Amino acid sequence: MKSSTNWPMKTECLRKNVFCLRGLAVGYIGFLILLPIAALGASAFHSGPGAIWRETTLLRSMASLKLTFILALMTVILNIFTGTATAWVLVRYEFPCKKFINGLIDLPFAIPTVVTGIMLVVLYGPNSMIGAVLGRFGLEIIFNQPGIVLALLFVTFPFVIRAVQPVLIEMEKDLEEAAMTLGASPFQIFFKVVLPTLLPAILTGAALSFSRALGEFGSVVIVAGNIPFKTLTAPVYIYGEIESGNLTGATSVSLVLLTLSFSILVLIHFIQRWSRCHETD
Amino acid sequence: MKRTNPVKFWAQRLSLRHVLTGMVLLWVLLLILFPLGGMFQKVLAAEPVSCLKSLLAPSARLSFKLTFWLTLGAVILNTFFGLVIALILVRQNFRGKLLLEGLIDLPFAVSPVVTGFMFITLFGNNSIMGHFFDEKGIRIIYAFPGMMLVTLFVTFPFVIREIVPVLKEYGVEQEESAYVLGASSWQTFRKVTLPSIKWGLLYGITLTIARSIGEFGAVLVVSGAIINKTQTATLYVHQQFTDFNYTGAFAAASVLALISFVFIMMIQFSQKKVKGGTWE
Repeated sequence: MKSSTNWPMKTECLRKNVFCLRGLAVGYIGFLILLPIAALGASAFHSGPGAIWRETTLLRSMASLKLTFILALMTVILNIFTGTATAWVLVRYEFPCKKFINGLIDLPFAIPTVVTGIMLVVLYGPNSMIGAVLGRFGLEIIFNQPGIVLALLFVTFPFVIRAVQPVLIEMEKDLEEAAMTLGASPFQIFFKVVLPTLLPAILTGAALSFSRALGEFGSVVIVAGNIPFKTLTAPVYIYGEIESGNLTGATSVSLVLLTLSFSILVLIHFIQRWSRCHETD
Repeated sequence: MKRTNPVKFWAQRLSLRHVLTGMVLLWVLLLILFPLGGMFQKVLAAEPVSCLKSLLAPSARLSFKLTFWLTLGAVILNTFFGLVIALILVRQNFRGKLLLEGLIDLPFAVSPVVTGFMFITLFGNNSIMGHFFDEKGIRIIYAFPGMMLVTLFVTFPFVIREIVPVLKEYGVEQEESAYVLGASSWQTFRKVTLPSIKWGLLYGITLTIARSIGEFGAVLVVSGAIINKTQTATLYVHQQFTDFNYTGAFAAASVLALISFVFIMMIQFSQKKVKGGTWE
């Protein structure tokens, strides 16, 4: 009897709490995420589309964007192969110190990017043993493009692996068995049975590592040497423009990177919807 | 017809298996272990006294202290708001929810330099907000509040991303029954919801800590890296390195690498309890 009289009051109180919590959540996201993006947009509007277009199409900013894009693409292509192979080996095969290797996969997420850059300079820099030997053959890793790719490979290492691994673990083996008993070769089984199942996960991991590679700063700024037209990537270019007070230049290249990040997120959303559609079929 | 187990089938092709495993191990060795080993060797080769001395220098100590406060702030605020946002995203339906969900991942995709620059355009000298706070005598850019804000931005998704799948899987039945039995919403949360998401939450917090310790680009842009004032540990490493003070840089970098190694071990530990469901 008593509790039944309490119900309307309780739901009323709950509704108030819910609105309070919802307001808190929306407010926090609005303040922390939306407001800074809006500020960048407002700053671009303030400079005027003409100035933004001029700054974006400058030879040096275009060169930095192109370089970033190409190096990120190379990194992602390498990641797709090595990441899928690593996930496969970690899930399907047994070998000594497998647990240790599995633990190492996450390490690039935890190591500060500056430390990554310094580690690579120590190992491959002109003063190191490897660097000296390669230098004799005219090969330069640090302060050149191979160094940037190496840094990008390090920081994006976990994405494809961590995307593919859970799918591979949960994958039913009956399809593979069926293909095998029907006489398919291992390569046929991989390309016609395993790969289609893994594809959404591989693409998601690739998209994540592409967005990370596009935006990477800490390790690249140390490794690259930042020579315009040669090793100056877009994030480092933006940093340089901020430092030299050219805020319009920084705004324009930032807008390009931000648009790319948005598109990648939308792409990942569609990849995941597509894979969910396939699951229900 | 003989039915063969695929694991056995792959295992029979020893050559392929061995080649693949060998190649992957070599790749991990070259890409991850080699650089780590190289740096630790450099530190061990240097004089331990000078390493220790550089770590105990006032500017080094101050930078680690600053990193500690930023990390603490990020953990407290993003855990609290992360819990609220995750609960709302999973348990409630409202207009604009899809947009809200899409925004959660954004900090992962945005370049740290762009993050820093966005906050400069928001709170910088020329902006309305910057002007407003400047008149009140509060500095945001090139000061602690700005650094705190960018750290919050870059670590924002971790806790939410880890809790949302757990909450979804867990369902509402137990919460509903607790509520019907007369528990208040706070009691329901504390005694029913929280224990079920404990490990996911812990994993999210660990990732938040690791990221806020390691954040460099965004903090560099916003802080101006003023020595003894707005220099975090990663900025200190960078400054020592660019000043050719390699002993100091390597020593501080090794400390950071060791800290991240400890966190990786913790992640491994909690991941066993979460069963992996991360990074989609």
